[in-house]
Amino acid sequence: MNKNKEQLLNKRYKAEQRFRLYGQSAIFMALLFLTIFIFKIFSTGYSAFQKTWLIVPVTFDAEIMMLEQNPSNEDLQDADYYDIALKSMANLDPNANEDQENELKRMVSYFFEKEIKNELLNEPNLIGKTKEVYLTASDDLDQVFKGNYPRDLPEDQRRVSDYQLKIFDQLVANGKVESKFNISFFTNADSREAELAGIASSFMGSIFSILVCLMIAFPVAVLAAIYLEEFAPKNKFTDFIEVNINNLAAVPSIVFGLLGLGVLLAIFQLPRSTPLVGGITLSLMTLPTIIIAARASLKAVPPSIREAALAMGASRMQTTMHHTVPLSMPGTLSGTIIGLAQALGETAPLILIGMVAFVNTIPGSPMDPAASLPVQIYIWAESAERGFVEKVSACIMVLLGFLITMNLFAQIIRHKFEKKWS
Amino acid sequence: MNLILFTFIVLLGFTSYYFGRRKAYTIQSSNKRLTALPQFYGYYLSIWCAIPAFIIFSLWAIFEPTIVKLLILSDYSNQGYLDDELNLIYEKTKALSRGQFTGEITPFIEASAEKYFSLRSIAQSSKVVIVLSAIIASVAYAYKRISSNSRTREPVEKFLNAVLFTASLAAILTTVGIVFSLIFQTIDFFKVIPLFDFVFGTHWYPAKAFVRDSSEALDPTMYSDTFGAVPIFAGTFFIAFIAMCVAIPIGLMSGIYLAEYASTKVRQYAKPLIEILAGIPTVVYGFFAALTVGPFLKELGTSMGLEVSAESALAAGGVMGIMIIPFISSLSDDVITSVPQSLRDGSYAMGATKSETIKRVVFPAALPGIVGSILLGVSRAIGETMIVVMASGLAANLTLNPLESTSTITAQIVVILIGDQAFGDPKTQAAFALGMSLFLVTLCLNIVALRVVKKYREKYE
Repeated sequence: MNKNKEQLLNKRYKAEQRFRLYGQSAIFMALLFLTIFIFKIFSTGYSAFQKTWLIVPVTFDAEIMMLEQNPSNEDLQDADYYDIALKSMANLDPNANEDQENELKRMVSYFFEKEIKNELLNEPNLIGKTKEVYLTASDDLDQVFKGNYPRDLPEDQRRVSDYQLKIFDQLVANGKVESKFNISFFTNADSREAELAGIASSFMGSIFSILVCLMIAFPVAVLAAIYLEEFAPKNKFTDFIEVNINNLAAVPSIVFGLLGLGVLLAIFQLPRSTPLVGGITLSLMTLPTIIIAARASLKAVPPSIREAALAMGASRMQTTMHHTVPLSMPGTLSGTIIGLAQALGETAPLILIGMVAFVNTIPGSPMDPAASLPVQIYIWAESAERGFVEKVSACIMVLLGFLITMNLFAQIIRHKFEKKWS
Repeated sequence: MNLILFTFIVLLGFTSYYFGRRKAYTIQSSNKRLTALPQFYGYYLSIWCAIPAFIIFSLWAIFEPTIVKLLILSDYSNQGYLDDELNLIYEKTKALSRGQFTGEITPFIEASAEKYFSLRSIAQSSKVVIVLSAIIASVAYAYKRISSNSRTREPVEKFLNAVLFTASLAAILTTVGIVFSLIFQTIDFFKVIPLFDFVFGTHWYPAKAFVRDSSEALDPTMYSDTFGAVPIFAGTFFIAFIAMCVAIPIGLMSGIYLAEYASTKVRQYAKPLIEILAGIPTVVYGFFAALTVGPFLKELGTSMGLEVSAESALAAGGVMGIMIIPFISSLSDDVITSVPQSLRDGSYAMGATKSETIKRVVFPAALPGIVGSILLGVSRAIGETMIVVMASGLAANLTLNPLESTSTITAQIVVILIGDQAFGDPKTQAAFALGMSLFLVTLCLNIVALRVVKKYREKYE
């Protein structure tokens, strides 16, 4: 009898421990996913911040470039650089046949002509001389150099030929291959060539959409929150508004994309693919988030503040505008930043309003076609080239960096400026 | 021109504030008692100055193009042109008058271009005149009211109140906009495709609708067996189900652990860390699912002798589950912490262990709130787009095998609407019909969930 009781008790204690273990392992699993996730992104992405350059001696032969004596700056602009560019690549292997010369050319980006031109424009007295010029390696060699490309595949499954690899290895052995910080990733617009593609256009697109979103959503949401919290009579209509807000906060983002497509593009005829339309769509999406945050922080202002102001003879509008709203601002602002961070990461609605178009110029205003950072991630992730995989991860790192900064900023505002009432 | 006028109105608005306030001071100096603080006189005057002008200005901007178009096209009205042709003529006219036209110039179009140009200049100058006279009239009226020292605070506050009220309508307007943008296309869609075929058809193959000559009349029989949404609905719920299989146990158990067991220190760090999962953009999850989880599952399956698609429902659903964990864990954490301590104390007093208390007392008490949080999670899973677009298949297979690929409502909307869309095409309309069903389903889930959570909160407050 007694033993039985003890057994039962032991069983119950064991169950207790097991339950506790389930809880711990659930937390562990969630954190494990997070770690794998971050690790995976960083391990594939960090290499995109480096770019591989081939150092190739280029002879600036005035005859081949069809330049006359003492050329002016304009002559230099118009000169023919393609032939000297080709020649300097072909010179890497003096006994290459025509096919091999072609392969040699494909070892660098198609941009190489321009790189050589810039070199000469910076230093016009190079004419007739030979200089070692840094040329962007093709994205496949870039990947080979970073060790991301399996070299042991059979040749016909590789995008790099054995011949190219041989020459490349020679260059590496001679120290003519160098890896430097990839500035062009931050300054270039999108490109079909992985080695040249950068995030500048999508970054500007994101900034413009977020600004448009902020300019629309913030004032409207704050005014709406003030009305609902401070002035609205309690009736069916305000209840209806409230239900609407709560529901909008949970409507899938893609539905807002359909709204943008069906109303902003089809009816108001706003320009497609632009951050303006993207920003308006995102602002409709962030509106409920900001309203809810602003209302919560208005609610947190103690009634004694309002009563004191009213007792001094302020009108209700004055009480609200001079006392309640300024006191609620820290909470409202941090809610706004969190809402904007959500909008910054949003992809689906932007795809529907056409912000997936291939844009290879950097937008100068919200009316120019652009992509945004998350959409750029999507575009690159869908393309088959190996060179884009690390670009995607790097772009994700930039995006996550922004989101983390914004959220930290929101935290700081909240902790620093919010008054604790107690 | 518009910009100059706009800035002018704004500047006038600001200056009239100072005028109004100065007027108030002069009234004060003549030993009369003011009816409000001096700045209200300023607000009153600047509101009267700017608002009527803005209203006229924006109405004009909205209606001017339409009226000009009507006037131009009235020349062509009895020549039997189609609507599209008329639009083309109008566009040509506009381009010509701006000097950007490069095609063949007919005398007709040249004449209308001249007319367009003169109409536009008349419109511009009359706009400036009308706006300016409106400003003068309303400022004069307001100035007279100020001078006679009548009330200014009440009208200003009434105006502000109206502005606040209008802003609060934004939420309703957005909902109306959503319904409006979805419903017309959906109705058009169901005019071609019978509702029955959409809801009960088992073949979804919208690419078939793409091969159509636009000059042909719509032939409904062509689309039979093209827009049967059953595979899509099934795929959506199936992937959501997989997601919830991952999210509910992990989310719920971590919620319980955080609320009941975790020390303040663990809670302080673990909770925000888990919530990071909710802040990661979904496109990032999609990339992760497509690049890492999909191939990993495929390899794992092949090593066990199973045939796994690289775009399996399991990969998409699993990653989606990870995304939903924080929603469920923090909501259920909140719900569990708000269960009154007295219930727990009563249970402990009867000799129950902590886990027994949780399982038999706290959990049943918190159940409605937990169900609400799960429903919100389901609604997220159904509406999630990027993970499915990137990691699950795009072909709509009717299958219950998690290792095969399926498609969802959201993925199909993106597939149909990516790139250029032709409005009026059944394929485009199908996307809106899918959007409508998505909106309705999530709306129901949200309303039920919000109501359940609210009821529950009221119970213990």
